[in-house]
Amino acid sequence: MEYIPNIIFAVILIVGIGFFARNIKKLIRNIKLGQEVDASDNKPQRWKNMAYIALGQSKMVKRPISGFLHVIVYVGFIIINIEVLEIIIDGLFGTHRIGLSILPNTVYGFLIGTFEILAVLVLVAVSVFWIRRNVIKIKRFLSSEMKGWPKSDGNIILYFEVVLMALFLMMNATDTEFQNLGIGNIISQCIAPLFDGVSPEGLSAIERTAWWLHIVGILIFLNYLYFSKHLHILLAFPNVYFGKVEPKGKFNNLEAVTAEVKLMMDPDADPFAAAPEGAEDDVPAKFGASDVMDLSQIQLLNAYTCTECGRCTSECPANLTGKKLSPRKIMMDTRDRLEEVGKNIDANNGEFKDDGKQLLGDYITNEELWACTTCNACVEACPVSINPLSIIMDMRRYLVMEQSAAPMELNTMMTNIENNGAPWPYNQMDRLNWKDE
Amino acid sequence: MSEELKVPTMAEYMAEGKQPEILFWVGSAGSYDDRAKKITKAFVKILNKAKVDFAVLGTEESNTGDVAKRAGNEFLFQMQAVMNIEVLNAYEVKRIVTCDPHSFNCIKNEYPGLGGQYEVIHHTQFIEELIASGRLTLGGDTYKGKRITFHDPCYLGRANSVYDAPRDVLKKTNANLIEMKRHKGTALCCGAGGAQMFKDAEPGNKEINVLRTEDALETQPEIIATGCPYCNTMMTDGVKFKEKEAEIKVMDIAELIANA
Ligand code: SF4
Ligand code: SF4
Repeated sequence: MEYIPNIIFAVILIVGIGFFARNIKKLIRNIKLGQEVDASDNKPQRWKNMAYIALGQSKMVKRPISGFLHVIVYVGFIIINIEVLEIIIDGLFGTHRIGLSILPNTVYGFLIGTFEILAVLVLVAVSVFWIRRNVIKIKRFLSSEMKGWPKSDGNIILYFEVVLMALFLMMNATDTEFQNLGIGNIISQCIAPLFDGVSPEGLSAIERTAWWLHIVGILIFLNYLYFSKHLHILLAFPNVYFGKVEPKGKFNNLEAVTAEVKLMMDPDADPFAAAPEGAEDDVPAKFGASDVMDLSQIQLLNAYTCTECGRCTSECPANLTGKKLSPRKIMMDTRDRLEEVGKNIDANNGEFKDDGKQLLGDYITNEELWACTTCNACVEACPVSINPLSIIMDMRRYLVMEQSAAPMELNTMMTNIENNGAPWPYNQMDRLNWKDE
Repeated sequence: MSEELKVPTMAEYMAEGKQPEILFWVGSAGSYDDRAKKITKAFVKILNKAKVDFAVLGTEESNTGDVAKRAGNEFLFQMQAVMNIEVLNAYEVKRIVTCDPHSFNCIKNEYPGLGGQYEVIHHTQFIEELIASGRLTLGGDTYKGKRITFHDPCYLGRANSVYDAPRDVLKKTNANLIEMKRHKGTALCCGAGGAQMFKDAEPGNKEINVLRTEDALETQPEIIATGCPYCNTMMTDGVKFKEKEAEIKVMDIAELIANA
């Protein structure tokens, strides 16, 4: 009988982590639906980016208020979770505050004291976040793509954090033994008097309840991630690592096109020659992207990492002037479609069954794609190195090369380049006329 | 322009069996667009003044393909690129300067993958170099104390992190350089990039160039300095839209320096 709590704890832990592992597996499978890309270059720069941008939050603090608050929540959350280690050991082995018997009292007190202070800071930061989202109504949280689930998601996370922090403080405040030690209870000693009239049994019951709810809450949170923009707390790291390390203006040259252009330009090429061995598999079925499977694995990882913060959209010249384009929506659409494809695969025994839908048209419209000035403001603004522009470009490529669906004026411009090497209908032979004008 | 401009071509150099120090890539706008041609000539004036041994491709130059690529036509881009690379390589070109950030970005970043390896610099970088090495001296106080604001071209700034060269050059004129609220990394696009120059904008509530002009007007400038022929057109139109063309001039840095 005395082991029942340990067993229950172990079961809850296994179920919680098991579900989480299943979600992660699904996530990886979905990302692998994308095209493979080689990102083995520039390793030192990639690690550096990860250290500065993901771990160091260097881009977050470009907006000082939200950046500073975010750093508090981020640091607080990571550090307080060291406490979870103790909870897990205590839960599995039936100990109580194992840290006290391992560490010197002063060290333990210092740790818990730090956690308590951080918990309060997190509570403050989270409250300000909530006010920014719901009372001050900062513009970037109000766009049309932020209605419904994305809006609730943003708030749910904040409530989660409030509850978890409150439980942590409560658990400490009602732990008579811990309070009597008088170390590290910097904050909880102010809460403890609230329970003055409660009997020792009552206190212990509250303490146990808070303790259980805290760990169960953390496991629920872990499993909530997959459905939330909060996936970024894990994915920001790999995503920044795989982020662009070349100049932002450098767009990739499509290799399949290079092969065809070479053939066209080479007078010696034999158009009837058999394709070299294996070449058939190398040629993609289409140029550009019309659905998530045509995008690269990095672009799909981008979509799962997007925090929906809207920093990209708030700097986008098209969006600022009332056009439909919103780089954040491009990322959210990509994730939504990828999820839809993933569910389709789940429902059809691991095979994707054509559902008559695709990213282009059903999620992202031509109008959005053509509004982009390729200015890279979104890429620069993103705190986790997401590149919405690359998705826009790949979809434009599909529109132009597979569907010949460019706006008419652009077709005229391109015909001019083809015919006379300039976007306007001037004669190639007049290229140097300016010098005598 | 009163003085005679000296604009030798690569073919002429070749005929004499010589190599110029640098190739000036004029670009399509710089060759054909009336406003941009003035920038081209201003830059040549600087090159002549600094006695730079340069050449142009002239009628052998073709569109870089940059705008086709941004429009999504990778085929056309690569055809243009391969054609230009063939010409450039035949002349054994090593170093290229251009007044067009789009050509700059395209040749610098996208040509290497197709066989075209060159050192490419923007004209503001080259001017900076000429001043630093003492080959170009700025006389007179044409711009002393004048309020000038610089609009970062996306393809020079964010795309290639060149923020300082144009500013350093402007400071050399003793002008009073005033930054817009959005500048350098957060500069707002003029609205021309990504092939927008060649089409009407999608429905919205404002033109991008007007918004950017408003950014510039906030600094109460006498001159809006640009470093890209397309930005120049967009900002010029924006200033006209705001009916400020009598008070505010939109000038490329090459034009500013040519008169300094
Ligand atoms: S690159 Fe396109 S989507 Fe991104 S900010 Fe510029 S215009 Fe907007
Ligand atoms: S793409 Fe980046 S900047 Fe844009 S909403 Fe997502 S995380 Fe924020």
